[in-house]
Amino acid sequence: VNSRHSVERRDPCRKYLLSTKHISVINDKRNVVLESSLSELGYKAPIARKTGTTIAGIVYKDGVILGADTRATDDMVVADKNCMKIHYIAPNIYCCGAGVAADAEITTQIMASNVELHTLNTGRPPLVAMVTRQLKQMLFRYQGHVGSSLIVGGVDVTGAHLFSVYPHGSYDKLPFLTMGSGAAAAVSIFEDRFKPNMELEEAKQLVNDAIAAGIFCDLGSGSNVDLCVITEAGVEYLRGYDKPTMKGKREGQYRYKPGTTAILTKTITPLSLDVVDESVQIMDTE
Amino acid sequence: MCCWCFVPVAGLCPQGAYGVRDSLRSGFSSVKNELLPSHPLELSEKNFQLNKDKMNFSTLRNIQGLHAPLKLQMEYRAARQIQRLPFLQSSNLALDTLRGSDEAIGFEDVLSDPAQCEMMGEPHMMVEYKLGLL
Repeated sequence: VNSRHSVERRDPCRKYLLSTKHISVINDKRNVVLESSLSELGYKAPIARKTGTTIAGIVYKDGVILGADTRATDDMVVADKNCMKIHYIAPNIYCCGAGVAADAEITTQIMASNVELHTLNTGRPPLVAMVTRQLKQMLFRYQGHVGSSLIVGGVDVTGAHLFSVYPHGSYDKLPFLTMGSGAAAAVSIFEDRFKPNMELEEAKQLVNDAIAAGIFCDLGSGSNVDLCVITEAGVEYLRGYDKPTMKGKREGQYRYKPGTTAILTKTITPLSLDVVDESVQIMDTE
Repeated sequence: MCCWCFVPVAGLCPQGAYGVRDSLRSGFSSVKNELLPSHPLELSEKNFQLNKDKMNFSTLRNIQGLHAPLKLQMEYRAARQIQRLPFLQSSNLALDTLRGSDEAIGFEDVLSDPAQCEMMGEPHMMVEYKLGLL
């Protein structure tokens, strides 16, 4: 028995003397055993809720426009019909989150706190590249287990920038980006109609159409379109910019009036019944 | 297998009362579970801070010479000694300031905060151990 091991055995408080803060995995073994015993009985372990999303962003003449749908799915069931996927990071930087809903939410909140601390420490407004760097370092550290794909966009002192960060930690810097399960549908609209330095209305319409393509062509995306327009002057958060899936109003009455169909012939066949048995039961009505 | 990492073997010294494994406190027993890490990130997360410090110190040594990491490590050692009573959670403020982690928030600040741990050490035993009376 080596000396270090015997000290550990004798000393029950060693754990508390040297406790460092890290994510604890003590429940992991229990989860593995539970999952295997559940699958033996034929049940499935609960999985994390994903957003099943379409998120998109473009750089236009004066800044950045981010767009997102508003549906959150729990496997094949819609868990939230109107969730917010465009998260605040800094007054001039916003972030759309796809992937596991909780991971995207907490990651962006941690980023917002870090950016605020950094701003207070350096005394300078934050850069979009700084947010992207912190995000990619954190996501790489957790090797993709934090399942959030994010589109970070904002306007800082160096100009308007748009980055996308994948769950494993890679990032892209492009003039237009889409992520989520509806990314393919949305990017097809961008590939067709994107031009550099578009005007505001044209750009808003383009992002709206891209998210609408995701809403209609992807099962995991739905409900409304949220837009966020970020310029040097400020941010315009347009929640519920468009509701393409709203049901139309019925214009008139579509029932047929009685007598629309003409009766040509009428035959009556009486069904003769004989009384076989009669019994009376008195009900207690008091 | 490296000779300086100690692998605890199950069954030789069970943690429960009367030398029998305490399933309620330590979980289900399985030799495989004790020998191998159960989560793919368990080992990398346990050593993350250590590896980061090692890398930073070696870079510093290459750039500025041996004195720079030596002086810093001396300060770290001094800061690590500032602790509260053994059974209380210390804030580690000096250590955090040296490391720069007082300016950053991560998962370790949000999840499994040791100050809110459900288990607590036995205060008398811990103080006696610290004073060398045990």
